[in-house]
Amino acid sequence: MDLSTTYLGFRLKNPVVPSASPMSRTVDSIRAMEDYGASAVVLYSLFEEQIRHEAKELYHFLSYGAESYAEAMSYFPAKEEYYLGPEEYLEHIQNVKRAVDIPVIASLNGSTVGGWTEYAKNIEEAGADALELNVYYIPTDPNRSGSYVEQLYIEILQAVKAKVTIPVAMKLSPFFSSPVNMAKRLDDHGANGLVLFNRFYQPDIDLETLEVEPSVVLSSPDAIRLPLRWIGILHKNIRADLAASSGIHSGEDVLKMLMVGANIAMMCSALLRFGPKHIRKVLNEMQQWMIAHEYESLEQMRGSMSHRAISDPAAFERANYMKALNSFM
Amino acid sequence: MSEERLSEPKIGNNTAGARENVTIDGNEAAAYVAHKTNEVIAIYPITPSSNMGEWCDQWSSEGKKNIWGTVPTVIEMQSEGGAAGAVHGALQSGSLSTTFTASQGLLLMIPNMYKIAGELTPTVFHVSARSLATQALSIFGDHSDVMAVRSTGFALLSSHSVQEVMDFALIAQAATLESRVPFLHFFDGFRTSHEVMKIEQLSLEDIRAIIDDKFVLAHRKRSLTPDAPVVRGTAQNPDTYFQSRETVNPFYTACPDIVQSVMDKFASIVGRQYHLFDYFGAPDAERVIVLMGSGSEAVHETVEYLLEKGEKVGVLKVRLFRPFSVKHFLNALPKSVKALATLDRTKEPGASGEPLYQDVVTAFGEALAAGTMPSASFPRIIGGRYGLSSKEFTSAMVNAVFDELKKSRPKNHFTIGIHDDVLQTSLEFDPAFTTEKDDVVRAMFYGLGSDGTVGANKNSIKIIGEDTPNYAQGYFVYDSKKSGTTTVSHLRFGPRPIHSSYLIKKANFVACHQWVFLEKFDMLENLVEGGTFLLNSQYSADTVWSKLPRVVQEQIVGKKLQFYVIDGYGVAAKTGMGGRVNTIMQTCFFAISGVLPKDEAIAAIKRSIKKTYGRKGEDIVKMNFDAVDQTLENLFKVHVPNAVESAIELPPVVSEKAPDFVKNVTAKIIAGFGDDLPVSAFPVDGTFPVATARWEKRNIALEIPVWDEEICIQCGKCAMVCPHAAIRIKVYDKKSVEGAPATFKHVPYRGKEYEGMEYTIQTAPEDCTGCQLCFEVCPVKNKKETRLKALNMKPQPPLREQERANWDFFLTLPEADRRTAKIDTIKGSQFLEPLFEFSGACSGCGETPYVKLATQLFGDRMVVANATGCSSIYGGNLPTTPWAKNADGRGPAWSNSLFEDNAEFGLGFRLSIDKHTEFAGELLKKLSPQIGEELTSAILNADQSDEEKISAQRARVEILKDKLKELASDESKHLLSLADYFVKKSVWIMGGDGWAYDIGYGGLDHVLASGRNVNVLVLDTEVYSNTGGQMSKSTPRGAVAKFAAGGKPVAKKDLALMAMSYGSVYVARVAMGANDLHTVKAFLEAEAYNGPSLIIAYSHCIAHGINMELGLESQKAAVESAHWPLLRYNPDLAKHGQNPFKLDSKAPKIKFEEYAYKEIRYKMLTKSAPEEAKRLLALAQEDVNMKWRFYEQLAAMKFDTPTNGQ
Repeated sequence: MDLSTTYLGFRLKNPVVPSASPMSRTVDSIRAMEDYGASAVVLYSLFEEQIRHEAKELYHFLSYGAESYAEAMSYFPAKEEYYLGPEEYLEHIQNVKRAVDIPVIASLNGSTVGGWTEYAKNIEEAGADALELNVYYIPTDPNRSGSYVEQLYIEILQAVKAKVTIPVAMKLSPFFSSPVNMAKRLDDHGANGLVLFNRFYQPDIDLETLEVEPSVVLSSPDAIRLPLRWIGILHKNIRADLAASSGIHSGEDVLKMLMVGANIAMMCSALLRFGPKHIRKVLNEMQQWMIAHEYESLEQMRGSMSHRAISDPAAFERANYMKALNSFM
Repeated sequence: MSEERLSEPKIGNNTAGARENVTIDGNEAAAYVAHKTNEVIAIYPITPSSNMGEWCDQWSSEGKKNIWGTVPTVIEMQSEGGAAGAVHGALQSGSLSTTFTASQGLLLMIPNMYKIAGELTPTVFHVSARSLATQALSIFGDHSDVMAVRSTGFALLSSHSVQEVMDFALIAQAATLESRVPFLHFFDGFRTSHEVMKIEQLSLEDIRAIIDDKFVLAHRKRSLTPDAPVVRGTAQNPDTYFQSRETVNPFYTACPDIVQSVMDKFASIVGRQYHLFDYFGAPDAERVIVLMGSGSEAVHETVEYLLEKGEKVGVLKVRLFRPFSVKHFLNALPKSVKALATLDRTKEPGASGEPLYQDVVTAFGEALAAGTMPSASFPRIIGGRYGLSSKEFTSAMVNAVFDELKKSRPKNHFTIGIHDDVLQTSLEFDPAFTTEKDDVVRAMFYGLGSDGTVGANKNSIKIIGEDTPNYAQGYFVYDSKKSGTTTVSHLRFGPRPIHSSYLIKKANFVACHQWVFLEKFDMLENLVEGGTFLLNSQYSADTVWSKLPRVVQEQIVGKKLQFYVIDGYGVAAKTGMGGRVNTIMQTCFFAISGVLPKDEAIAAIKRSIKKTYGRKGEDIVKMNFDAVDQTLENLFKVHVPNAVESAIELPPVVSEKAPDFVKNVTAKIIAGFGDDLPVSAFPVDGTFPVATARWEKRNIALEIPVWDEEICIQCGKCAMVCPHAAIRIKVYDKKSVEGAPATFKHVPYRGKEYEGMEYTIQTAPEDCTGCQLCFEVCPVKNKKETRLKALNMKPQPPLREQERANWDFFLTLPEADRRTAKIDTIKGSQFLEPLFEFSGACSGCGETPYVKLATQLFGDRMVVANATGCSSIYGGNLPTTPWAKNADGRGPAWSNSLFEDNAEFGLGFRLSIDKHTEFAGELLKKLSPQIGEELTSAILNADQSDEEKISAQRARVEILKDKLKELASDESKHLLSLADYFVKKSVWIMGGDGWAYDIGYGGLDHVLASGRNVNVLVLDTEVYSNTGGQMSKSTPRGAVAKFAAGGKPVAKKDLALMAMSYGSVYVARVAMGANDLHTVKAFLEAEAYNGPSLIIAYSHCIAHGINMELGLESQKAAVESAHWPLLRYNPDLAKHGQNPFKLDSKAPKIKFEEYAYKEIRYKMLTKSAPEEAKRLLALAQEDVNMKWRFYEQLAAMKFDTPTNGQ
């Protein structure tokens, strides 16, 4: 049985790849994921804002109140060196690379052009096999057009591609007017892969305190529908590899994604819920299904249910919507 | 007289390796040599010497080695006494050991100093000389401390400038090793310790060449070791002590020559030649001033000036004051001297003269008797005092002394620099006299502490010192307050060494970094004609003129000043600099002043930014670079009209309604004219009136809270947390509101207890510091817009007038009736008048809300002993005092004794009050027949357990006093003077953790064990806040502090548990931000407990690295993580068979990490030592877990009623 696939130019032994999550914070848990069958790993994200914020925070508080009062010229010891850049993250990449054999994909999360290129270069130098860019941009300004936001993605990709030679994947938001066009433009500008989709943290309100509470909600299996449709539509329309992300919980989910054209399927919520051993279960489920249905390799099925490949392309389009509604009648 | 003596000490000829020019202050210069030449360094923070210890701690933590290749061990002790003990022990065990101190710290070292000297032990103590606490504490510089130890047997070596500090630190070290006489190397606190100067740094080769290892080995050989045991420190008796004491004489006799030989060796290697007494002046001088310390630099400069005028004057600078070598002294003076003035920077009340004067007179007297007089006749010798507590000592004053020496009968025992209108000791001087040369750039910068002005100026000095051949000097004057502080920087740059050891009086550049200063200071008074004035102005070059006050316009026009403006805050906002205009104003200075060519200057600023901020992240560097570039585009010269047209006058310093003392004395100090006040203006014993802070309207808040009376639920939390008592609450009769200003807000009171009455929350707009604690604590949210609360921050300037009127009206409303207020609630307690208001504490201070609460609850019968530290400074630093009194004239009586003795000091209050009460009782019983049995009995047996009963007792005492006035016996007079003691008094002993956990712990422990009814309030910031964040034993594990740069490795001391172990001490641990009601209850219980009580109050602090407006959040998190479990231990409960221990907070809700990493003091370790941070965090969590389990078990214990052994 051949479960192998390719992603960003790497030959992977199977399509199950843990996506960026707290699971990749320690070398031990990454090694466990590898042991249970993960074919590559995306590391937790390096947050550009966090690095900037921490540097400014330290600068502010170490100088706050200083040189104001004769008895206290400062309130903290004057240290010569601080680790304020991405050192910890870079060190983590190095440690992970030493500890595992699977490809290690670093993840960079940010929202301005400034921080990306420098950190991307650092990440490449630290030994990451590839880089995933997670553009976390929430447009709140009513004067910002959709094309401005699209251009921002393109600029970031260009800036990073100009600095690094390792493959670069873009993790996208589903909120584009024309996701296919957006994907194509990224493809044209050299994205080696597209990850569909990013699930933004959504705010919630605490009715008692009247405070906005950021809360993480793990995805449920039906979340796969969103990437399923768009990967199906994108398949063969672009050169970049496609990674499915959102709601993938079972071997069947993975198979579905491959059938619509994904190169790999990324998992996060399921692993957070059930632990790294869940990867083995997913792989077993895939194999059993393939045995039962007499598939020999994943190559056979990849794209077999894509927009292009199915008998009724309308099923991916508006007609599909009508059908869905009718199914309730 | 050799020519060499007439010349300046020169920068060296580099015979022993390359020497770097560095721009540093005196403390760093001393610490540099001390760290290179010692093995064990025991330290304790005290201003102005703390930095020496901090430098050594930092260097050792960075692995920097001494000249023998090992990293010196640095240890912080619990007091200076402890540091001296540790040094003594280290020395006795053969280490090279040192310490740094000043003032009271040096006094605490005296016992060990006698021992160290008596045992002929080589060491150097480096002292930044400071005033001693007498009628008042002062942190500033003079020689009172040093002169108090001149009988210890330590040699006293004085250095006069930053260069000399470095040189003499080494000379002292070499001389002590060779002579075996211990040395005290001193220099003037602040003037030299904090003056930044360009100097030549001694190289390692220099130090190695001058320290002779032979003597180091000899010292080690004398060490106590079981391998060659000896006994040292025996007890001796009348038969032997005296002779033994005389054995040291040869060492003292030899010492001066040894010091001179080391100075000569130093000269041969480094090139700067010093002598025990250095003479500078005319070889045939007739008038000579003798002095030591930085003042000799000012005299040097004046002599230079007078020599050019052909005057026959000179200065003798004393280097080695002890042992005083009469021979060297007399030889150093020109034989032509006819009149001589000694200047002492100390005061010895009752002595026939100050120390230097006495020595000089004795030297001449002995010479006359022995026939060895160097001069033709006995010169006229006069002695004077100058410069106490860093009082300015200028060339004008020096000139006055030289003039005095011309007189046939000059004034002896004079003072110079003040106006003594009581005994007329002072010499008059002409303030206009100046010796400053025109080729010296003299620049003054007025800034706020928070805008980074001082830091930027220190940078500028480094740039000029290190990038140009110029000599550079910087000195900085700070505020007496801790919030909204003003700083004035004095910078000089010039082609020759700078001897001006005084503030700039004639500046050629003045920069005003804050517009508001235009209304506060006459900054341009010091600016010379044609000088440059730079103003940070929100108004453009075209519009600024009309906005200037009249006095400013007058000076600009009259002096033909070059006037520039920059919108510093505009540039700061654009470039992300926030409130810090430091880099921007620094760039302007370089762009305008021409000290360096502009391009070179800009390049140098950028290099310096890279160096300073590089380690704090690229973003910070970029932000500052942007600021530099934007500045140049926004700096404009103002076209100055010829005519003065402004009608804007400066506001009066204090209100016309202020008491006379405030108007005549306090206001002058506030306005910066304290130097002009004569001796007669001051109380003779340091006693000042209370309640003066209310007259000093500081207007430092940018925004103030505005009450939304519609949605307010009247909980009182805002007033409770206000650190400056600038939010007050009153509930009053409807008719009182008649005549209120139109904008005065009031609503009906919501509640039964004052039904039908009106309610107001009022802000004191000019006293509020804008800290926002009230806004943060307000529990109400506006239903229409949830970001709004019942108090919202709004810009102060447009509200100032209106709210001033409202505040004044509010003050006229009646105060709450203490008898009926529910003082055991937040709401009720906040109706009580605070008698601690508008202190100098930091904006958002975590300590003062507790202090204020105590004054609300007990203020009218409270006496406070306050340990030195933040609370004594914001509570007692002139010009004004926040301790207040009520309309009856009653309020807290407050005093600060020392840092170390506060518990004992407060116990003394209690003993005295108890004695008074006891004696009064005895007298009353005796006078009972005249007074009446009923009143006597009622007074003696009065229950005073609540406000109503206390009030009743007050009324009885008034009747008693009336009756006593009619009696005329001695006993009735005594009783009249003591009768008020029948109303119970509340003794409060307050201080920080530095006092309670460290230096004062022994005394505190004793007082807690005394059983006496005292209330101890520990304002626990978990760090020495006042001296700038040094570790105390309260500092938690994992927190970074000075002397714990790598994170405190051990857990904090559980002071509460230690006190509970007595079983007879009421103990509470409180955190207002976590549970304010618990705090109120604890205060009431503690005060009610008839025995010692200890309240340990979590006080968030600027030294925690937090947003101060979120201080209460930190308190809450500290409690929720169980880092700070709330508890009460009430021994009275045990008497009733109940467990005295109550654990008042809930089981840990959050991890220690969630609390700790809200604060930079913990978080910074993750950025400097990530692995260690993880390790300490895990241990700190374990501390919390262990403590919680332990407390839970204590709280669960059963307490059965004692059975009296039956």
